[in-house]
Amino acid sequence: MYILIGGGGQVGYYLTRELMRQDHEVLLLDKDPARVAQLALELGAAVKRGDACEARTLDSVGCERADMVIAVTGDDEDNLVICQVAKERFGREKTIARVNNPANEKLFQKLGIYITVSPTNNILHLIEAQIPHHKLVPLITLSRVGLGLVEVTIPADSPAVGKAIRALELPTSVNVALIVRGENNITPSGDTIIESEDRLFALTTEDGEHVLRERVLTEDSAPADSLA
Amino acid sequence: MNVIIVGCGRVGAELAKILDKDGHTVTMIDKDADAFGRLSDDLGVTRVVGDGTDMETLLRAGIKSADAFAAVTNGDNRNIMAAQIAQRMFEVPNVVCRIYDPLRQKTYKALGLRSISPTIVGAKLLRNDLYYPDGQATSPDRAIAAGDAVPLANPQHSGGPQK
Repeated sequence: MYILIGGGGQVGYYLTRELMRQDHEVLLLDKDPARVAQLALELGAAVKRGDACEARTLDSVGCERADMVIAVTGDDEDNLVICQVAKERFGREKTIARVNNPANEKLFQKLGIYITVSPTNNILHLIEAQIPHHKLVPLITLSRVGLGLVEVTIPADSPAVGKAIRALELPTSVNVALIVRGENNITPSGDTIIESEDRLFALTTEDGEHVLRERVLTEDSAPADSLA
Repeated sequence: MNVIIVGCGRVGAELAKILDKDGHTVTMIDKDADAFGRLSDDLGVTRVVGDGTDMETLLRAGIKSADAFAAVTNGDNRNIMAAQIAQRMFEVPNVVCRIYDPLRQKTYKALGLRSISPTIVGAKLLRNDLYYPDGQATSPDRAIAAGDAVPLANPQHSGGPQK
């Protein structure tokens, strides 16, 4: 795959290195000549000086054949524009944007960014996952297909304990993809019986997420819980 | 009408002055409180310190009751993002922003975002002045650009913003 990355900070650097290790063709763009010189010592020709927000720059690095465009600068407005220009001008569908201000995630999704990654939100979710009674954790959002991957830990008093997945009568918009029980990964079928402390991973729409929450969580583990 | 301006630079401050004189209610947002020094004290402009691309700041500035929104910070991307938040998240009916980069302007025009590119306007006005140094080609736009006093079109009569 040809992957274009905008923003040569720590995230851009490690991302480029890992993707190169996986034998992808990667090009990292950064505006700052000093930073580019420093990165080039290690990454060589995979780094180029240029403003990824500019159509001219994207054109010169062959954006129209990029399989993926990833924007990971420290500024949300730059990440938004990189992805929007790549999509609108170069017809790139697979755009990934880092979102620094968690409040911007919805906006980016609304504006057609394929995948948004919010480190702030991710860390918040991880903290939330550690807090009892807050048991449905959004892991990743695939805005283009309107789906999210969520993780839910089944509490002992869940109405779902002892029931087969089929008996939960989940809508088709909820797809339970994996159950982690202790050390075991279970690929669930309709007959799989849910046990307490099971970790359920489901692909679901936003509406489906509410239904899932209702069917497997008790009332006091509802979303009203917050970190506070 | 209620107008929110993001960016109290020279253009933002000038725009605020004009709109205030036209009798509109203006709210100015800037990250830097010192920037409000560009607004003269006799203007009734509400000043909000904050980031114009942050939805909480925009709510504080009263974006829910805004009739119009102009993003004129010195960063194209900030303007683009602020304007898209106003248009898509808060559905402000009248949104415009400044984009220096003509290519970027073209891209966002296709996405339905209204903008002004001072780069193109400025270059064309300069060209006219170079071709006609004795001012033969004087037009209202050119006169304004050259700093000559020209009365602004009355917004009531030119299809401009209504009060």
